[in-house]
Amino acid sequence: MTAADEDSIEGSQARSGAESLHKSLEPLLASKEMVVFCGSGGVGKTSIAAASALAAAATMPGKVLVLTIDPAKRLADSLGLQEIGNIETRVPQTAFTAAGLEPRGELWAAMLDTKQSWDALILRHASGPEAASRILENRLYHNVTARFAQSHDYIAMERLFEIHESGRYDLIVIDTPPTRNALDFLDAPARMAEFFGGRLLRWLTLPYRVGGKRGARWLNYASKPFYQVADRLLGNQFLEDIAEFFLSFQEMYEAFVTRARAVERLLHDKRTTFAVVTTLEDGPLHEAELFCAELEKRNLHLGCLVINKVLPSYLLSHSGVQAADKLSVNAESVAERLAATCGSPFDDTARTVRVLTTIGESFRNFTVVARRESELRSHLGRHGEVLIEVPAFEVDIADIDGLARLAEFLLPIERTV
Amino acid sequence: MLRAPDLLGRRLLFFTGKGGVGKSTVTAAMALLASERGKRVLVVEVDGKSSIADRFETAELSFTPTEVYPNVFAMAMDTEASLKEYLKLNLRVPIVGGLGPLAKALDFVATAAPGVKEILTIGKICWEVRESLEGRAAWDLVVVDASATGHVVSQLGAPDAIRDVVAVGPVRSQTDWMSALLADPSITALNIVATAEELPVAETIDLVSRVREQLDVSLGAVVVNQVLPALFTRSDEVVFERLCGADAREVLGIAAGGDVGVVLEAARLAVSLRTTRATHLERLRETVDLPMLFLPYLFARSHGLRETRLVADALGAELGL
Repeated sequence: MTAADEDSIEGSQARSGAESLHKSLEPLLASKEMVVFCGSGGVGKTSIAAASALAAAATMPGKVLVLTIDPAKRLADSLGLQEIGNIETRVPQTAFTAAGLEPRGELWAAMLDTKQSWDALILRHASGPEAASRILENRLYHNVTARFAQSHDYIAMERLFEIHESGRYDLIVIDTPPTRNALDFLDAPARMAEFFGGRLLRWLTLPYRVGGKRGARWLNYASKPFYQVADRLLGNQFLEDIAEFFLSFQEMYEAFVTRARAVERLLHDKRTTFAVVTTLEDGPLHEAELFCAELEKRNLHLGCLVINKVLPSYLLSHSGVQAADKLSVNAESVAERLAATCGSPFDDTARTVRVLTTIGESFRNFTVVARRESELRSHLGRHGEVLIEVPAFEVDIADIDGLARLAEFLLPIERTV
Repeated sequence: MLRAPDLLGRRLLFFTGKGGVGKSTVTAAMALLASERGKRVLVVEVDGKSSIADRFETAELSFTPTEVYPNVFAMAMDTEASLKEYLKLNLRVPIVGGLGPLAKALDFVATAAPGVKEILTIGKICWEVRESLEGRAAWDLVVVDASATGHVVSQLGAPDAIRDVVAVGPVRSQTDWMSALLADPSITALNIVATAEELPVAETIDLVSRVREQLDVSLGAVVVNQVLPALFTRSDEVVFERLCGADAREVLGIAAGGDVGVVLEAARLAVSLRTTRATHLERLRETVDLPMLFLPYLFARSHGLRETRLVADALGAELGL
């Protein structure tokens, strides 16, 4: 902590923040059973989610699971996540000790394997092993689950539901998939239900249900133009493949829809909260604001907004800017004084001038960015009860120690290092 | 070091990358650069996030191209509109107004079927290029703000995927020329935008190998965006380290006031950020044997046309123009 940090308002808030209710994740992590982290790609969602889970395990008794989607390799390694799909793994106690933490609870981690999760879902819902393998072996099956826009979102929510239902954990922290639109997963359960069982499906598979696979097609007035166009475009073999796939899916319809509704209820449950992560950049911030508004509209609980990668507030301090300017403007006289007072390596004054000017310029450069960020920050609208700022770290968050450093900004943690 | 690729000599440039690395900015900058070198450019935004409109500070884009900058036209991909256009051109199916329930049904099939949605996107893009090559459309260059690294392979691989599943019909027969166009290095280049950070670098490395394994699409360059400036040479750094010592700080404090500490701290942050990124960059350079274009981090007040122009200048310099 520097002098400037202490006299700037922003800085003092950030520091005392850890103690204040509105600057800490503590109440959320202590009272909720599920925390869903969301935000656009590249904002550091995965690290924030993992750090929150670590913070919870470090400060509270109980079992915490972080269900992560696509962590950086080194982070995955440090959590003990190899390529093991959906298996939940306990982060060893020694990892905490090495990071100067004495955990009160247990931290578990799992990665989401979309394919494996879908297969499990089919096996659960299908009427029997034969029906299940008919779907699992359909050549369209993999494609549908891998490419359907909401498929990853849905399966993440589905896994959340399943794990929560098992009662194995006191708290589940989940990272959401990097989708084109952060809102998508909110609609995923409803869309899934619509996709697999709606009127449209019945309509689409009608000719095959009525006429048999290769039999004469009975086309109603409404579906006729569709088949004409589709046949000419794609050939009818392809349509038959699709129909067969959906026909096998249809027997699972009831189970599927029931489940999707349950998943949707869970998102609305008062034990679930959402945490929105953003950086102070136009795109992510815009998306975060949209998301907050959408949560409110749907009556979902917005637990907190985390602003990540914030540049240090001292860049905005007036005295800092002044000092930077003086170093650049008076570089020559300063260099001479340094040569006289301190000797080597300041004997080459030209070099010292260069270094001093660079330092001053660099400060001004970063000030421009910090101002841009604070400008964006000031336009930030509603954001729930808790607002947390996490600074830009000069190194990557790649291990438990890094997560612990990050966690210190989320809630008060005692560390021995 | 590989030579700067002749990207402006091609007719179709895709830009992909992990979310947040500045893919849209680089795409817009490439279009602007090309237009300033006398080309008539079409920019295609695939993921409808209106980022391209922001980069040119214009109104939201639609499927019909609009001029967003002199000689730069931009459009937003819309698979339904693309399908309508396709049907009109190929099947002479009269479609008035919206596709109605037919659209919903086709959308449904498109979602379920491998590559149908992607082919409507990639098909429209390839079609514009082919029309230009054959003199029926006037684009010298088509620049695509493509899907992020996770989706781009299935997008560009759509013609092949369609061929695997659709046995007959006009859709199948049209995939051949598309594949040929995408594979021709004198026409097409797939470029990857990254920043020198852990995940963007990892995704770039992964994408390069997936493209080589799964696609027959020629790779162009890796654009390393937001490169932080090197503050000091090694001998300068020695001076900087000593400046942080107590005796030097005292001199600095007298000369520049009490807050010289934060100025040094900011310089230290800048140095560490650059050092961290250098290791990722090193890994990228060691692993990926593609030409690399480096664009500086812009300490700009806002994002918009001015920034696009600055990036275009930097891009031009990197391409040796």
